[in-house]
Amino acid sequence: MEATGAEIVVRCLAEEGVEFVFGYPGGAVLNIYDEIFKQNKFKHVLVRHEQAAVHAADAYARSTGRVGVALVTSGPGVTNAVTGIATAYMDSIPIVVITGQVPTPAIGLDAFQEVDTVGITRPCVKHNFLVKDVKDLATTMKKAFIIAATGRPGPVVVDVPKDVTAHLTEFVYPATVEMRSYNPVVKGHSGQLKRAVQMLLEAERPMIYAGGGVVLGDASAQLVELARLLGFPVTNTLMGLGGYPATDRQNLGMLGMHGTYEANMAMQHCDVLLAIGARFDDRVIGNPAHFAREQRRIIHVDVDPSSISKRVRVDVPIVGDVQNVLTEMLSLLKLAKEKPDTAALNSWWTQIELWRSKNCLNYNRNSPIIKPQYVVEKLWEVTKGDAYITSDVGQHQMWAAQYYKFDKPRRWINSGGLGTMGVGLPYAMGVQLAHPDAQVACITGESSIQMCIQELSTCKQYRIPIKIVTLNNRYMGMVRQWQEFFYGSRYAESYMDSLPDFVKLAEAYGHVGMRIDKPEDVEAALKEAFSPALKERLVFMDFQTDQAENVFPMVGAGKGLSEMILAEEL
Amino acid sequence: MRHIISLLMENEAGALSRVAGLFSARAYNIESLTVAPTEDATMSRMTIVTIGSEDVIEQITKQLNKLVDVIKVMDLTEGSHIERELMLVKVKAVGPGREEMKRTSDIFRGRIIDVTDATYTIELTGTGSKLDAFLEAIDPAFIIETVRTGASGIGRGERSLKV
Ligand SMILES: Cc1cc2nc3c(=O)[nH]c(=O)nc-3n(C[C@H](O)[C@H](O)[C@H](O)COP(=O)(O)OP(=O)(O)OC[C@H]3O[C@@H](n4cnc5c(N)ncnc54)[C@H](O)[C@@H]3O)c2cc1C
Ligand SMILES: Cc1ncc(C[n+]2csc(CCOP(=O)(O)OP(=O)(O)O)c2C)c(N)n1
Ligand SMILES: [Mg+2]
Repeated sequence: MEATGAEIVVRCLAEEGVEFVFGYPGGAVLNIYDEIFKQNKFKHVLVRHEQAAVHAADAYARSTGRVGVALVTSGPGVTNAVTGIATAYMDSIPIVVITGQVPTPAIGLDAFQEVDTVGITRPCVKHNFLVKDVKDLATTMKKAFIIAATGRPGPVVVDVPKDVTAHLTEFVYPATVEMRSYNPVVKGHSGQLKRAVQMLLEAERPMIYAGGGVVLGDASAQLVELARLLGFPVTNTLMGLGGYPATDRQNLGMLGMHGTYEANMAMQHCDVLLAIGARFDDRVIGNPAHFAREQRRIIHVDVDPSSISKRVRVDVPIVGDVQNVLTEMLSLLKLAKEKPDTAALNSWWTQIELWRSKNCLNYNRNSPIIKPQYVVEKLWEVTKGDAYITSDVGQHQMWAAQYYKFDKPRRWINSGGLGTMGVGLPYAMGVQLAHPDAQVACITGESSIQMCIQELSTCKQYRIPIKIVTLNNRYMGMVRQWQEFFYGSRYAESYMDSLPDFVKLAEAYGHVGMRIDKPEDVEAALKEAFSPALKERLVFMDFQTDQAENVFPMVGAGKGLSEMILAEEL
Repeated sequence: MRHIISLLMENEAGALSRVAGLFSARAYNIESLTVAPTEDATMSRMTIVTIGSEDVIEQITKQLNKLVDVIKVMDLTEGSHIERELMLVKVKAVGPGREEMKRTSDIFRGRIIDVTDATYTIELTGTGSKLDAFLEAIDPAFIIETVRTGASGIGRGERSLKV
């Protein structure tokens, strides 16, 4: 049976088992929308801005491990989607974005709503396609899903001209497609694995530095087993949180610019570093020259060879999938005659406990003004540490990362690489739709939340009962903090004037709004928001927090990892 | 260090811009870039001449390999190889300089492929540095126009870039 291009797009999505398509219609995709109207295999979620469609698809992917799908029209639909695509790209998130394009004969003629989609998105996708012939459509869709999900995951854009969606061809969805130019390495090199294991067993001051790759590669179980077997300390990057349980003794917390004292000190002073699915980001190791001052041997496991020896030279590179490599490492370790050096490890742990005793995340718990950290701590208690937490970008993001202890992977959904303000609300939508029975909270700031606030309407339409926790400090707090520290407290344009009444705003969209001014009301508000009575409702909590609060510890830009500013030092 | 990187890629629309875009986005140098289909029309072969430290070159080859359309990458400079570039030079050829120009061209094994009363067009092939040397050997005042293809390269002996 012949099918139109539009039917083929829709049937491919059904074949892929797609549950949700987040999108927004327009001229170039009307044929596709017409086919969506006629089917019931997947649900279409109509967002209020294309950026949110991509963020929601991205969060669906982050929280489930499956490919997220967004659909937008040509021209402005695409340019609106670019922020979402770039955000997913920087954090290696598997999504497929289908974009409408002007009809093939009109391409290049400055047609109405024409943009060079493939050109505009090229630098921020894993790959993209322009489908010029309907005969290639099904294979291209298959390729898109394979490329997005395998190797180092990432966004793939499929640009479909309007005439192609009308053309007819035989529909066959291939079970798989071989690509001679695309074969990601999965298994680690056995020689390197042996060297790595040897090095781990010889270590006196070992450290495991686990990143987003552990979450993306679903290797938490293997990581936990490895760390327990060896008795080594573990730190997570911002993207790796939940990859190793936060409440476990062996976890030193997050490292990096706003990492804990103990994690950063251990990172700087270790003699053998096992980096797993982490990319030595500048927010993580600070100044590479300072990092290199201490001698250490580095084992680096990553599925993307270009992540290895990019910012820091490593001694044992292992290209492969985290799960596969860790499983191999574990079986080699179990066979090895040598055991970790217990005496050395004990004195290393003594040192680490000394660092930990600084209690670097302590804050004033007796403040008459709401401390943002307190809200996050209470949120953790009220949700029993079992919620999905999305966040926006700023101080609140760092407090969420520091004070909500993630024990499971895929629970912490945020934009690390691009640092995109505005993701929090659409992220929470994507997560809640994927996990209808789960508790989902969005920790945000009064500035960030305004960047995709229109999605409150989408939440109403689809009855998405997320809980929004706004840490309202009336400032772009993260900007204000830098201005305080590095610009002589000249707060240029970082004050958020003329804020709306968020309670009324939430109500105007048909939701529940709460304003919380006093510390003693924090817990009750959270409990109410998560109570059965409000289970079906979106609750917007506007916590009036301390304007002057800063995020500590802090490694200044360009500084070394052990050159931290701590709260007590100010 | 100067490196000559050869690669095979799918002969798809936009493939060239992926490579060019990669170099500009990551601020890598391109001295020259040449591309043409191979005997198998589904593939193109590209030769990129670039300059960078060992770390940068390592990243360049890794990033090129990462491009989904790229099938295989080889750093020719890592082993013995042959490099050739074609140059066409139009020069003034008048008076006593005319004979001199012919002689210099001969020394460099150039061929005069077009002649007028006042000009020669010379074709030269060789390594980039040989072509540079020719341009240095003649008086710049005589040069009307030059066009160079950029380097192509191939491994010596058994060394080959094949799928
Ligand atoms: C305001 C702000 C402050 C920040 N402060 C900090 C901070 O203090 N500390 C911090 O850590 N970050 C911080 N970040 C985040 C930082 O910018 C980076 O996004 C983050 O550190 C990168 O995490 P990662 O190294 O785990 O890499 P990711 O970006 O998560 O990359 C994952 C790596 O794993 C690899 N990989 C993927 N899948 C697999 C697989 N299956 N097998 C093997 N490898 C795989 C990928 O190739 C990649 O190299 C901050 C961000 C913002 C916006
Ligand atoms: C789209 C976008 N624009 C600008 C920035 C730069 N930026 C980073 S944090 C921040 C302030 C965020 O303020 P708010 O949401 O109130 O969070 P707070 O830091 O106060 O907790 C800004 C402007 C960004 N990350 N993203
Ligand atoms: Mg704020």
